[in-house]
Amino acid sequence: MIQSFKMALKSIAGNKFRSFLTMLGIIIGVMALVILVSLVSGATGSVTDSISRLGNNLLTVTISDDKGSPINLKTLNEWMEKDGIGLIAPSDETSATARYEGNSSSVTIYGTTPPYETINGLSLLLGRFIKSSDVDNHTNVAVINETAATELIGYADCIGEEVSLDGVKYTVVGLLEDDEDSLTAVFGRGSIVAYIPYTSLMRLSAETTSNITSFFVSAETDMATAESVMTSLLMERFDQDDDAFTVSSRDALEDAMSSVTSVLMILLGSIAGISLIVGGIGIMNIMLVTVTERTREIGIRKAIGAGRGIILQQFLLESVVLCMFGCVIGVFLSWVVLRIISVVVSSLSISFTLEWNVVLIAVGFCFLIGIVFGLHPANKAAKMAPIDALRYNG
Amino acid sequence: MIDLKNVSRIYQVGSGKVYALDKATLHVDKGEFVSITGPSGSGKSTLMNIIGCLDTADSGTYLLDDIPIEDYTETELAKIRNRKIGFVFQNFNLINKLTAEENVELPLIYRGVGKAERKSRVSEALERVNLTNWSRHLPSELSGGQQQRVAIARAIITRPSLILGDEPTGNLDSKTTDEIMRIFRELHQQGNTIMLITHDRAIAEQASRIIHIRDGKLSEVRI
Repeated sequence: MIQSFKMALKSIAGNKFRSFLTMLGIIIGVMALVILVSLVSGATGSVTDSISRLGNNLLTVTISDDKGSPINLKTLNEWMEKDGIGLIAPSDETSATARYEGNSSSVTIYGTTPPYETINGLSLLLGRFIKSSDVDNHTNVAVINETAATELIGYADCIGEEVSLDGVKYTVVGLLEDDEDSLTAVFGRGSIVAYIPYTSLMRLSAETTSNITSFFVSAETDMATAESVMTSLLMERFDQDDDAFTVSSRDALEDAMSSVTSVLMILLGSIAGISLIVGGIGIMNIMLVTVTERTREIGIRKAIGAGRGIILQQFLLESVVLCMFGCVIGVFLSWVVLRIISVVVSSLSISFTLEWNVVLIAVGFCFLIGIVFGLHPANKAAKMAPIDALRYNG
Repeated sequence: MIDLKNVSRIYQVGSGKVYALDKATLHVDKGEFVSITGPSGSGKSTLMNIIGCLDTADSGTYLLDDIPIEDYTETELAKIRNRKIGFVFQNFNLINKLTAEENVELPLIYRGVGKAERKSRVSEALERVNLTNWSRHLPSELSGGQQQRVAIARAIITRPSLILGDEPTGNLDSKTTDEIMRIFRELHQQGNTIMLITHDRAIAEQASRIIHIRDGKLSEVRI
């Protein structure tokens, strides 16, 4: 076996240029496979990372049809007591024009209750968030984000300042850190945001009423339990009509994302696989030529006692070694290309690394190709009749 | 040790049949030195291929060391060739990519002999043909006589029952022919069974027995 391996190496080295051209098919196939799949998985990794950083620890509930039994703040408070449910905060939004002294700008206003801060993982820089008493008393207080403070008021230390939202004066009681990773940040980077008590928003916006149509839920222990408890509560309330509401979690978004990318990966992988097969055909072609060229050698080997098995093994090993060489070179070049791409796009903070499981698949696939496409030529060599092979003058 | 009975080999040429061997019967004892002569196309090579287990007869029986050859598969025949027969061809038939010692070593690799034993037997065989200093050379770097000596070393390394030479001196000048024939005679004196095919009468006469073949029929010629 070791001897056959040495012979295979010798025969490949004896015809370097031809071996290289043959390997090129495999090299390109391996590179296509490894690079494409690594790129997709790198990109996917970065997208799913940012999705999961949004927090997959909350449920979003939207009511489309209240069936005559609308949900209000009191209902939410009752539901918060249920097992499996953590906190619940209503959320409604409107746009308004904010004014402070000479400045004015458009602002997105969220009306909510105190649990919102915890559920959405907001972090306060200064002051406080909305309190229960603010909600009970319809207080005109606002918690704004850093962007709002700097663009509207001009400086961050703005606790106690009064801004007017659509002409109604609100006192700024808290300053929130701009959350780079929040969903709102993803979809509207650098937007001006203000949070006010839900009851205050009811006065500010005609569209917001005590009937809550959208709210966030956090889990007591795990999301799955919270989701099933929430769903059964809603089903009960809305006459078992699951069209009346939707409960969605970020998990679902992640699932959808990963199924899209795995389809993409399989698709690209199979295209690359096809190019590997084409490379395999090249291997078979050259092995057939090699077998014909070496007919006489095969005859000699048979005359001095090599059986079919030995000849078969020799040529099979040669095609496998050829494939594996191509594979190793391909993997190495893929690594180089991925490093270059990583450096070029380093500003995107996406990391493209060699996916080791893809490398393993590529190695396995090359091995298989070496065997499958080497089998016919090797068998042809093994089946030659010794006298015909010895007589061959090629 | 070689026992051919009524062996025929028929080739289909066009619509007619050609008897390359026609009911050949031959017996060779252990330790004999036999030469086979005949004009080209007389069936010499066919006889040689059948005796060397490279080809099988269409009819008749062939016993090599009392083993009937017809019953074997190709792989078993390969094994028999490896253990019992050493070939020396007219055109040497060395593998060009392998050095002299690697060529000589090959039959032992196929037999599955361990590395240490292979090395000692290779150097022994090369010493026997006086090529110790050329062991690392490729066939292309050797003269015809040297190449044929490598081939002889390859043939004797397995200590075969029978050494078969198919016109071993056909491509060599008279000086190297003498050298090669001297080696064959020495091998014969050491007790090896040797069969040579040749159409050179001078060479044939160096054997203890001469068989003449014509149109596939054998006839014994005593000197």
